[in-house]
Amino acid sequence: MVVQSAAEAITYPAVGAELDIEGVSHAFDIDGAVLPVLDNVNLSIAPGEFVALLGPSGCGKSTLLRLVAGLEKPRSGALREDEVRISGPHPSRVVVFQDPTLFPWRSVWDNVALGLEAQGILKAQRHRVDAVIELVGLSSFRNAYPHQLSGGMAQRVALARALVNDPKILVLDEPLGKLDSLTRIAMQAELVALWQRKGFTTLLVTHDVEEALVLANRVIVLSDRPAQIKADIAVARPYPRHRGDPYLADLRKQILGLLGLEATW
Amino acid sequence: MSTYSVSDTTAAAAPRAAVTFSNLSGSYGVGLAASLVWLAFGLSCLYWPDVGDWSRTESLGIGAIVIAAFILFGTFSADYLGSAGQALRKRAPWMVAFGAFVTLWEVATAKFAWLPLPFFPPPQSILEVYTDDLPKLLDSVFASIKLQLGGYIIGATIGFITGVSIGWSQKIGYWVHPVLRFIGPLPATAWLPIAFFTFPSSWSASTFLIALATGFPVTVLTWSGVASVSTAYYDVARTLGAKPSFLVLKVAIPAALPHVFVGLFMGLGSSFAVLVVAEMIGVKAGLGWYLQWAQGWAAYANMYAALIVMSLLCSGAITLLFRTRDRLLVWQKGVVKW
Ligand SMILES: Nc1ncnc2c1ncn2[C@@H]1O[C@H](COP(=O)(O)OP(=O)(O)OP(=O)(O)O)[C@@H](O)[C@H]1O
Ligand SMILES: [Mg+2]
Repeated sequence: MVVQSAAEAITYPAVGAELDIEGVSHAFDIDGAVLPVLDNVNLSIAPGEFVALLGPSGCGKSTLLRLVAGLEKPRSGALREDEVRISGPHPSRVVVFQDPTLFPWRSVWDNVALGLEAQGILKAQRHRVDAVIELVGLSSFRNAYPHQLSGGMAQRVALARALVNDPKILVLDEPLGKLDSLTRIAMQAELVALWQRKGFTTLLVTHDVEEALVLANRVIVLSDRPAQIKADIAVARPYPRHRGDPYLADLRKQILGLLGLEATW
Repeated sequence: MSTYSVSDTTAAAAPRAAVTFSNLSGSYGVGLAASLVWLAFGLSCLYWPDVGDWSRTESLGIGAIVIAAFILFGTFSADYLGSAGQALRKRAPWMVAFGAFVTLWEVATAKFAWLPLPFFPPPQSILEVYTDDLPKLLDSVFASIKLQLGGYIIGATIGFITGVSIGWSQKIGYWVHPVLRFIGPLPATAWLPIAFFTFPSSWSASTFLIALATGFPVTVLTWSGVASVSTAYYDVARTLGAKPSFLVLKVAIPAALPHVFVGLFMGLGSSFAVLVVAEMIGVKAGLGWYLQWAQGWAAYANMYAALIVMSLLCSGAITLLFRTRDRLLVWQKGVVKW
């Protein structure tokens, strides 16, 4: 499925950006009541780090990612990319949303080309679109429309649409959630390979503790809403990692405990 | 279109092919019946004497028999005629029904006068209009098309731009929305007396009215289309570096296009009504005027002839609109086929 040379054809600036989240709190107004979602979140991510966010459903993970993307402003606190305050969206921070949200009126190729087209550099960079579509294994579907794709294929298109932009920070909101377990494992390996090769900073939200442990340098465990950082766990293990690794199994037990699931394990 | 779905399309086409195969034995029978019905029509024209004085009875009878012969030939060679043969086969039941209808019509009017005569002209008198009054009818057709097309294009363009503007900008919406609410629901024909009085020519007045009738539904539906675009699309585009112009042209408008076509469809319907009324009242040309003129002379055959042409034009225009839509909105699934 994955062609090595296709990835090689994409030239990335081999540097990720530093991301600082400083005392960020956020809340939503629902029917006049204030719903606090993030409570004084402090997190500093080094350039090129791979950080996984784990937390109960509805605790505010996606909200934090929207703040990182610059789609919303925090009620208090600040977010910085390479020391520069984030004030709006920028293609150096690309998000793969929880829902693929492909544009139904655009073919797979045109969906992937979206970022380059929006930045006005598509004409000179068409080969990058081809290369990244090949990378996610959808070359034979380049002319298909989103309604003709399976859920997993749509998520791969969304991933390709993000990767084609050379992000310095890649923000992923459960990007592999809809994949079957085999494709998922293959895509995880591919994600790690890509990240190692390109060196972008990665912030990944996932529900899957094992996925977090196989992929990330650091796992952040969030509390129930309003989300606070409950634990910041370093995963000091070389890649490629093995699912059966006893070190990872220990961490897994510890994290499940933090998430309130120790009884089942 | 492309290669990825070759297996899908053949799989989808297979059941349809199976259906036609199972009908095959029956379709010779239906084709034969159609041919016989048209033969009956031809003979009914020729056999009985007319109760009135019509010059095209014989031509009509011979024409019907020629059609019967064509149907017969087509029915038995349909397998060798490719898609034309398939089309003929599909329409055979309709040819039976239509042939029976015209036969009945012929017999009930020209031959036995079961229907009161000046008001229900026989088929041959309508044929006579098409052959003998052709230049005038064609002039009317062109005049109508010209007027309709001009007004419709102006109205659709202005409506589209207005709809996008108020869907996008709250400031423009603030000013335009009340005007739209106040003036929009008024039937365009209500403006007729004022329009013919204030505009320099009846042509410009009618163009204005047709544009008005088209513009209102196009505006409202474009607006609702743009306003209902999911913010998730904008979020995606913005994180990928899209500027506002990109958001309007490449996100809002394509997403709203299905709504826009509903507006264009509704606008077409209401503008036809305005066109005919305007031609009847003010403009001295076009099919509406032809109808009015025929009524003045109690020329009922001309009225029916003009009505038939008019319905062909209107349905042709709608077909064209739907074809355009199908082409532009190939990405949509499950759209109504016209
Ligand atoms: N635009 C919004 N307006 C109001 N409330 C919102 C909005 N977006 C999110 N919320 C609320 O904020 C809370 C956190 O939502 P968020 O989407 O960040 O959760 P999450 O951690 O990503 O959950 P999941 O794992 O299920 O995706 C939820 O209770 C949700 O109801
Ligand atoms: Mg979420």
